[in-house]
Amino acid sequence: MSADPFAAPRATGGRAPDVMRPGAWLAMREYAEDDAVDFVVVGTGAGGGPLIAGLAQAGFSVIGFDAGPYFRPLEDFASDETEQNKLYWTDNRIVDGANPLTMGGKNSGKSVGGSTVHFAMVSLRFRPEWFKSRSALGYGADWPLDWRDMWGWYAKAERALSISGPTRYPWGPERPAYPYRAHEINGAGDLLARGCEAMGIGWTPTPLATVSAPHGKSPPCVYRGFCRFGCSTNAKQSQLVTFIPKAILAGAEIRDLAMVGRIEADRGGRATGVHYIREGRWRFQKAKNVVVAGYAIETPRLLLASADARHPQGLANSSGLVGKNLMVQSNQAVFGVMQDEVRWYKGPPSLTITEHWNYDDRKDFHGGYCWMAQGPLPIEWVGIQTSARGLWGQALRDEMAKYNHQVGLKMVGEMLPNEANRVTLDAETDQYGLKVARITYGWGENDKAMIAHALDQMQTSLERVGATDVFRQTDDTNHLAGTARMGFDAASSVVNSDCRSWDIPNLWVCDGSIFPTAGGVNPSLTITAIAMRTASRIKALAASGEL
Amino acid sequence: MSGRYPGYDVEAKRDTPSWNRATREAIDRRLAVPREPRFFTADEWTTLEAVCDRVMPQPADRPKVPLPAYVDQKMADDIQDGYRYAVLPPQGEAWRRGLKALDQEARSAFGGAFDTLLGERQDELLRRAQTGALTGEAWGDMPCKAFFEHRLIPDITHAYYATPTAWNEIGFGGPASPRGYVRLALNRRDPWEAVEAAPGEETKARRDNSRVR
Repeated sequence: MSADPFAAPRATGGRAPDVMRPGAWLAMREYAEDDAVDFVVVGTGAGGGPLIAGLAQAGFSVIGFDAGPYFRPLEDFASDETEQNKLYWTDNRIVDGANPLTMGGKNSGKSVGGSTVHFAMVSLRFRPEWFKSRSALGYGADWPLDWRDMWGWYAKAERALSISGPTRYPWGPERPAYPYRAHEINGAGDLLARGCEAMGIGWTPTPLATVSAPHGKSPPCVYRGFCRFGCSTNAKQSQLVTFIPKAILAGAEIRDLAMVGRIEADRGGRATGVHYIREGRWRFQKAKNVVVAGYAIETPRLLLASADARHPQGLANSSGLVGKNLMVQSNQAVFGVMQDEVRWYKGPPSLTITEHWNYDDRKDFHGGYCWMAQGPLPIEWVGIQTSARGLWGQALRDEMAKYNHQVGLKMVGEMLPNEANRVTLDAETDQYGLKVARITYGWGENDKAMIAHALDQMQTSLERVGATDVFRQTDDTNHLAGTARMGFDAASSVVNSDCRSWDIPNLWVCDGSIFPTAGGVNPSLTITAIAMRTASRIKALAASGEL
Repeated sequence: MSGRYPGYDVEAKRDTPSWNRATREAIDRRLAVPREPRFFTADEWTTLEAVCDRVMPQPADRPKVPLPAYVDQKMADDIQDGYRYAVLPPQGEAWRRGLKALDQEARSAFGGAFDTLLGERQDELLRRAQTGALTGEAWGDMPCKAFFEHRLIPDITHAYYATPTAWNEIGFGGPASPRGYVRLALNRRDPWEAVEAAPGEETKARRDNSRVR
């Protein structure tokens, strides 16, 4: 067994863990702190991972920083909800507003690989019109990206992550067959399909980032069902087992347990490097470019915390939009009890999906949503029973006893951007002495109308398959977006279509923060596709002398 | 109490391919939780024990899952959730204030310490906390409803459903690394999953569950 991944960094001394083989190492290049590397990337998740790999493969010197540890899944990961809390960002954050957000495991990872180490692997493309939701659909904001360009990047991302899925996807423009065949459907997924068929709407096996056949050293998924608590077999195609090893092989350095607290900018208005704490000591890494890829809370927190005399509002924030337009996705659910034994703990939790209401516009609200089959493990399940129904005492025990007969459907819905939903710095500090994020959130009228619609639809589906004791979980959200939106000009956005900040030409943002709208599907594949595109664009900009 | 899954013991799979080394070590640590308080005072601990017995009543025919010990461990080691409602103080302070306030509410409403009251009266006070109806001065600026929903209930119930005892009661397969599962369809069971007792078939289920490995 390897040493405690939290006790000391593992990626040091010219080597990094080879996560595919117990006890093994990969040779890793290291850069000196006073050598200005071409790129420092802060964060190694769905945005940082592909960018670090793409830049290293293009010949740039790159260091990827992550505040979390460098796990070896084959050795470090238990089959246990509580133990695996170690994957999450559990440092303190303050939540307020009319609908305070649940953070931690719901949306925030803290490890090399970021949230992809615990994500549910659902890998979906945006509906094309969402890239022009303002001009094509009348809400939100347009993206400075073209869906036809994105379609190509999605295909590349799906190949890079060996996505398993159906041969023919039922919605949207044609796309290639998924690289790996769809997974077998479990009982919970089967009930979603039967419900959709009874309602006359489409469904499909969910495109998932866990392999259905061997890929390299990844074995096929064994249907443990602990996906959201880390995959202990490496079937899951997280950044930790895909782009990060590729990045190291291409010459990138990864610094684990390295929390970046401030970006330094010089008098000329360019970023010069990052201040970070590793092994209890504050240090400074020089860099020619800095990319922030910390996701929609840590990214604005770092930009705001980097304020200096010339940038009193924080870096890249002449628009005043850094931290604003935070979006989550509505994640309400309906649950019921079947005569059948469902045993929803087996397999990935969301093996089937319907995107019907993402593509049908006969609704009285903006935006769309999908819903997916569910498989909460016992602690998540008791959290739902207690929060949605207020149960405790013997009444709670009686309901929990029905665990193996439960079935459920959960939405992922598009919440609209609103500047009042935001990330700011609180006066409280964390273990590094850095100001913690204060996260303010409230639902709008459109958000509430969508949730009401989705709850009715999901309840109808469960009733059509014979579920009884049906109840609703009316208050839950997941995923993050916004807070450093991309756009068409410096007044109304933070970065351009290349994820480059308008204000500081060598400061970039590459994660879900750049989303102008959230869309009605899980965001990770879009983040990854944009990161791959950004690496390609930076290479092109360098070639034409525009870096 | 036999329950739905008589004789099912998820720990019988400890030395099978369903429990990898990291899992065995994690569960061993959990079951070895210190039983004496490190964080709470003796008075707080007494109230906490009574609260746990009402929130998660446990059958008399087996040793109790030591729920106060898990709450104490979370506070003593400051194991955080990753967020805090702005209306609540840090978790340890919230628990201290909440337990003291519940005890004071017990004394003013029923003339005795919380742990000495009848179960129905303890439940009555907890229900009032749940609905935000307790306003004694010991709460200070901490809303009793937020404390109940976001601190008291999750800390106790999450600890309970993190234990093999709870998994046995609900027929959860438990740890599954690296073996996983093969039979995913409705009404299908792998030989290493719990057998649910049909009405009147408890004896057969108990025999079948004794072979679950």
